[in-house]
Amino acid sequence: MYRYDEFDAAFVRERVVQFSDQVERRLKGEITEDEFRPLRLMNGVYLQLHAYMLRIAVPYGTLSSTQMRRLAHIARTYDKGFGHFTTRQNIQFNWPALKDVPAILSELAEVEMHAIQTSGNCIRNVTADHFAGAAFDEADDPRPYAEILRQWSSLHPEFSFLPRKFKIAVTGAAHDRAAIRLHDIGLEVKRGDDGGIGFAVYVGGGQGRTPMLAREINPFVPEADILAYVDAILRVYNLFGRRDNKFKARIKILVHETGIDELRRMVEEEFAQIRGGVLGLPAEEAERIRAYFAPPRFEERPAVSAKLNAARTANPTLDRFVKQNLHRHKAPGYTSLTISLKPIGGIPGDASADQMDAVAVIAETWAFSEIRVSHEQNLILPHLALDDVPDVYQALAAAGLATANAGAITDIIACPGLDYCALANARSIPIASQLSERFGAPERQDEIGPLSIKISGCINACGHHHVGHIGILGVDRKGEEFYQISLGGNPDESASIGEIIGPGFYAEGVIDAVETVVDTYIKLRLSPEETFLTAYRRLGEAPFKEALYGA
Amino acid sequence: MLEILTANRLYDGDVVYRTAAGDWVADVDAAELIDSTDRLTLAVAAANADVKASKVLDVAPIAVEVTDGHIVPKRLRERIRAFGPTVKSDHRPGAN
Ligand code: HEM
Ligand code: SF4
Repeated sequence: MYRYDEFDAAFVRERVVQFSDQVERRLKGEITEDEFRPLRLMNGVYLQLHAYMLRIAVPYGTLSSTQMRRLAHIARTYDKGFGHFTTRQNIQFNWPALKDVPAILSELAEVEMHAIQTSGNCIRNVTADHFAGAAFDEADDPRPYAEILRQWSSLHPEFSFLPRKFKIAVTGAAHDRAAIRLHDIGLEVKRGDDGGIGFAVYVGGGQGRTPMLAREINPFVPEADILAYVDAILRVYNLFGRRDNKFKARIKILVHETGIDELRRMVEEEFAQIRGGVLGLPAEEAERIRAYFAPPRFEERPAVSAKLNAARTANPTLDRFVKQNLHRHKAPGYTSLTISLKPIGGIPGDASADQMDAVAVIAETWAFSEIRVSHEQNLILPHLALDDVPDVYQALAAAGLATANAGAITDIIACPGLDYCALANARSIPIASQLSERFGAPERQDEIGPLSIKISGCINACGHHHVGHIGILGVDRKGEEFYQISLGGNPDESASIGEIIGPGFYAEGVIDAVETVVDTYIKLRLSPEETFLTAYRRLGEAPFKEALYGA
Repeated sequence: MLEILTANRLYDGDVVYRTAAGDWVADVDAAELIDSTDRLTLAVAAANADVKASKVLDVAPIAVEVTDGHIVPKRLRERIRAFGPTVKSDHRPGAN
């Protein structure tokens, strides 16, 4: 795994000392909130409804057992005993005291973590496919490139004050598990005709109040040019992105207003000037960074595990877990396992300190000490021998972490909503909990099949509702929580933005409404193999509208 | 209309309410109930002095009702601030 180089470590330590001093001066009243706010935001500290909130970056979602243990320690010592994993592959602590934040940041620095660039109009945490380096279908591990982009964008003087925040995602496979079409820049690692690495580059995706899918700006940028190309996009955005209106400042608006062809021309022009210069990525440098992400030493194993198969036959709940939560690995005899943070009726993305410790131990014992955070708000053990799955399952069950629902209807994404967030219009988490309870029975989930529900508490869309197969958006209707339902959204390579199906529902009605949608799908699908999304795309909104609102 | 003054305490961010004595406390029932514009103006001025003095931030008057002898904010957002998140915590073994 990537190790901080000297520069990173020294810089992060310096930043902690600097921020400690700023906090001290603020607490003594030597600087005002107006002076302090930008400083705390630069260090990931927000003020929410009940307390400060600290957002910590988990670069490309990769964590070691040591880091996870430290997060558990922080949850226990400085928070209320839990943390919230987010769709941005970050973790947020909801209850830290400002006076403790410097101590937290210095504990994080010891394990090479920080909260820099988790806020503000800069390039945010670069996200990646959570099965990176493990998935059977990837062209190459996307994380070295996410890391190269992280290094390039960290504290980049030119790009620290962009018109608006900027999010980059990288996927290593054609099957997009990183929602790259919903990011300001999305990259897909590809192989050229000669086997060399390059990237399909997408630009101008985003959610929020104006959801847009990114457009392909270049089908193949060779590895050596990728930094220069991304830099060229940022330069054009920095010059022409709108600064007059916060709601029109994201690059998606620039793409929309300028047109992808004209934008491509501008980017190519810029690119032609910087190509091959200091931003070139020499093969040796790419190789050096790739070495940090070298796969662990896999043993030679048979592709099928007799041990696991026997255990499955003996234990139907394990069998169901295996069907639901394992993902095919590139090495024979290995798998990637999703640790669901969506217990039935629970809080999507929350993990207690004890659970974090348990995951750290499990990863250490069986999974090369590697853990991932997924944008679906789950944790992943990317490399695990199939033979060890029964033991891991036992250990997960003991920690309350063996929910078998990855990709199922109860694997719900929800933002913090009005329970925590100062910007919210309505609650998200209680809606998620109720839906999870309504559909929680294993037979019911199996009957429904893959279906994603995504919930945001306001139009900022942190809960990805625009790309939920069923999306739920909380709005304020004359002081009451009110929920709009959209259908047909999807974040992967066949990305689409969901369509609002009709008038919304009060909290009491929204659970039933979702069930009506689900039942309509089950009634009309061609076979149990036809998923909700496929059926919706075939049927259109009409039958769902009719079921919800009558003819 | 009945109002009280709320803010977040600077050093820990906790939700606090202003008492008649001018203290900031976590217990919403201890807040000073204000029913006149004059009184509100005075209280806000005093509260803003506490902002200047770096004790609290984000001072705001909020509308409340008194139900069964208890102060209950009118808006859901303020009820959640006063009484805590409405999420269940029983799904997080080991959390307190
Ligand atoms: C609780 C404090 C939070 C605040 C104040 C906040 C604020 C915002 C705002 C203002 C936007 C809209 C940006 C735009 O349209 O230009 C946004 C978007 C977004 N946020 Fe948050 N957010 C919070 C928490 C979260 C959490 C917990 C997550 C992950 C679960 C998250 C993930 C995202 C994502 C994925 C987007 C949409 C992607 C995009 O920017 O296009 N945020 N957030
Ligand atoms: S979608 Fe709105 S309510 Fe939810 S976390 Fe984002 S800003 Fe807060």
